[in-house]
Amino acid sequence: MSEKVKVTIDGITIDVEAGTTILTAARQIGGDIVPPAMCYYSKLQGSGGKCRTCLVKVSKGSEKDPRPMPKLVASCRTTVMDGMEVQNITSPEVIEARKGVVEMLLINHPLDCPVCDQAGECHLQDLSYEHGSEATRYEFERRTFDRIDIGDKVQLHMTRCILCYRCVYTADQITENRVHGVLGRGDAAEISTYIEKAIENEFSGNVIDVCPVGALTDKTFRFKNRVWFTKPVDAHRDCPTCSGKVTLWYKGEDVIRVTARKDEYGEVEEFICNTCRFDKKKTDDWVIEGPRKIANHSVISANHYEQLMPPPVLRTNPALREANKEQFERTTKL
Amino acid sequence: MGRKLLLEHINVPGINTFEVYRQKGGYRAVEKALKSLSPEDVVEEVKKSGLRGRGGAGFPTGMKWSFLAKPEGKPRYLVCNGDESEPGTFKDRYLMTHIPHLLIEGMIVSSYALGANTSYIYVRGEMMPQIRILEKAIAEAKNAGFLGKNILGSGFDLELYVQPGGGAYICGEETALIESLEGKRGNPRIKPPFPAISGLYNCPTVVNNVESIAATVPIINDGGEEYAKIGIGRSTGTKLISASGNLNRPGVYEIELGVPVEEFIYSEEYCGGIANGKRLKAVVAGGSSVPILPTNLILKTVNGESRLMTYESLADGGFASGTMLGSGGFIAYDEDQCIVRNTWNFSRFYHHESCGQCSPCREGTGWMEKVLHRLEYGHGKLSDIDLLVDVSKKIEGNTICPLGDAAAWPVASAIRHFRDEFEWHVTNPQEAMTRNYGLAHYADPLPKVEPVTAS
Repeated sequence: MSEKVKVTIDGITIDVEAGTTILTAARQIGGDIVPPAMCYYSKLQGSGGKCRTCLVKVSKGSEKDPRPMPKLVASCRTTVMDGMEVQNITSPEVIEARKGVVEMLLINHPLDCPVCDQAGECHLQDLSYEHGSEATRYEFERRTFDRIDIGDKVQLHMTRCILCYRCVYTADQITENRVHGVLGRGDAAEISTYIEKAIENEFSGNVIDVCPVGALTDKTFRFKNRVWFTKPVDAHRDCPTCSGKVTLWYKGEDVIRVTARKDEYGEVEEFICNTCRFDKKKTDDWVIEGPRKIANHSVISANHYEQLMPPPVLRTNPALREANKEQFERTTKL
Repeated sequence: MGRKLLLEHINVPGINTFEVYRQKGGYRAVEKALKSLSPEDVVEEVKKSGLRGRGGAGFPTGMKWSFLAKPEGKPRYLVCNGDESEPGTFKDRYLMTHIPHLLIEGMIVSSYALGANTSYIYVRGEMMPQIRILEKAIAEAKNAGFLGKNILGSGFDLELYVQPGGGAYICGEETALIESLEGKRGNPRIKPPFPAISGLYNCPTVVNNVESIAATVPIINDGGEEYAKIGIGRSTGTKLISASGNLNRPGVYEIELGVPVEEFIYSEEYCGGIANGKRLKAVVAGGSSVPILPTNLILKTVNGESRLMTYESLADGGFASGTMLGSGGFIAYDEDQCIVRNTWNFSRFYHHESCGQCSPCREGTGWMEKVLHRLEYGHGKLSDIDLLVDVSKKIEGNTICPLGDAAAWPVASAIRHFRDEFEWHVTNPQEAMTRNYGLAHYADPLPKVEPVTAS
């Protein structure tokens, strides 16, 4: 059954399993041609198709039916056909549409990044940096909400929510009875645990990890620190409920946060339980594996494992070398 | 006088009861289909008739039916879309109120053609009287042996249910309707899979408009070829038009497709001209989501031909100078109407009805409404007009369901054709609050199209 189909994305051809989505195929190629995804989450069944940031142009439907698709399609929910040709960053139409989507997403997002716990690991921040324009044309009041506690460990700040539905799918996946969903319609829609009923489940903390923005935050970590001042370390423990494979975030000697291990697309490798996440915050609880590899583009890596080298122009010019002596010493110390 | 197929007996007293409907030849189509035709024959007749979906998109009904997957051991469903919530459209409500048995007869015939043993009529929640009427009519039909087990001894079973919706415009989109029917939040699904493969309860499903289903009755009675003789080209048969706005005689009219728009507005047989001796300024020809056209473009195409009430003729000129037949919600505006205010009103509706699932529509509809509100109330800027065009472009085509397009088209087309009125609202805000822009040049004859020759 493992039939291979050929798909070309931005001129790069790859053979993938039949039934793969365009986005997954693009991730197999990797690099700049991977469309961004704010709502799609490979570990959550049914997610995707909503944020429209992953729109791509299908310039050739398939070998059998070479007609292009009439509209831009959501790459996360469109499966590849044999001989399909897709344009992502090579299509001005896609870039323009994506810029529009980013602008729309930012209309009702507060841009309170300086006080937001997600800053530094926020997908919307990355997305608007990469694709957005520098200013918004929106001149009206933004919607605001009061903060709501979901149980004693998770806080929901609806003002920041971009309605990606990831937490809804998480709740659907971990609970039998649906208690977490969406109320209201249009731009009045809001995430709700059926009138603030806490999701009492061992895995409810995962909604924090899946949230692409700072709408769902860890109350044990809120305002404790900026993520780029913490050092991520892979660790595991023998946990009876989950795999126990986590990332510990150190500040000095203290573990100030525990999260699941996230890959380069911000998706967790395995969901972890609330005990691991909220209650085990001592080094003694864990077996340390080593530093967590953080993608180069992330601000989190800036101060830690990737050394901040002075630019080449400083390195070659003896006068500038002398002037920046202190900085050169620091790089050798790190 | 045009032929009436659906509303032929509409004025017969008591046509809403089973007895009178039967006396007037009702349920002949059920007898004919179940006794002398195979399901495939019925589909074939509908294909021959050239009937196109009456809900708005105009997709050929017979072709839609033939796409229905028929896997073994899985039930198939027919769902009638009676959610009718397009502003300006009220034909389905009229049909369901006054001649409910026509819909039920159509449902039996269509269910037989598709092999569906359970069918649903999804009616918008606000239409409670119509829901009661349909339930009563279903009970009557069941009593007479036209529903239930082994209908007319043919071995075909059918149960028909009426499902009230929650009153959301979005639930008129077929996949949102299916979600709502399943008892979930009415969010449109991401296609593919299409309902014909996996619809209601993950089973193959066909969703058809009330009028499309009712139209199968005359098709089976007289044959598809006879039906196809009415109309012009690929626009066959008759169509119910909900005429509203500043007309002398607004109401639901059954027209033969191909009637000139001018005749429809001004003839005594139909709308009887513009009310109070005013002049026509603009027309929305197919419900609020289709592009609005000024008088000169709705009466004549750019090539100077007279525009007809057909799918093709109304769409002539594409989005630049054409519109669409849509669901047949024909709204006429006289010279006293303000296009900016009307556009804002439509936009307010789409903002209110957006389901909020995908970002461009959720945020964009609200944005457009706020900008239009500002323009209408005299706080607008000239740059707002271009901003609206740009926002509508960013929404159009980038959303999960057609609501995004439906919200974008009226705004884009109003600015395309009535730009000077928008500009006047910006440059003369005081005046715009006290009087309307008037007819201006919107009814002036179109300039002759000069043939472009290579020199």
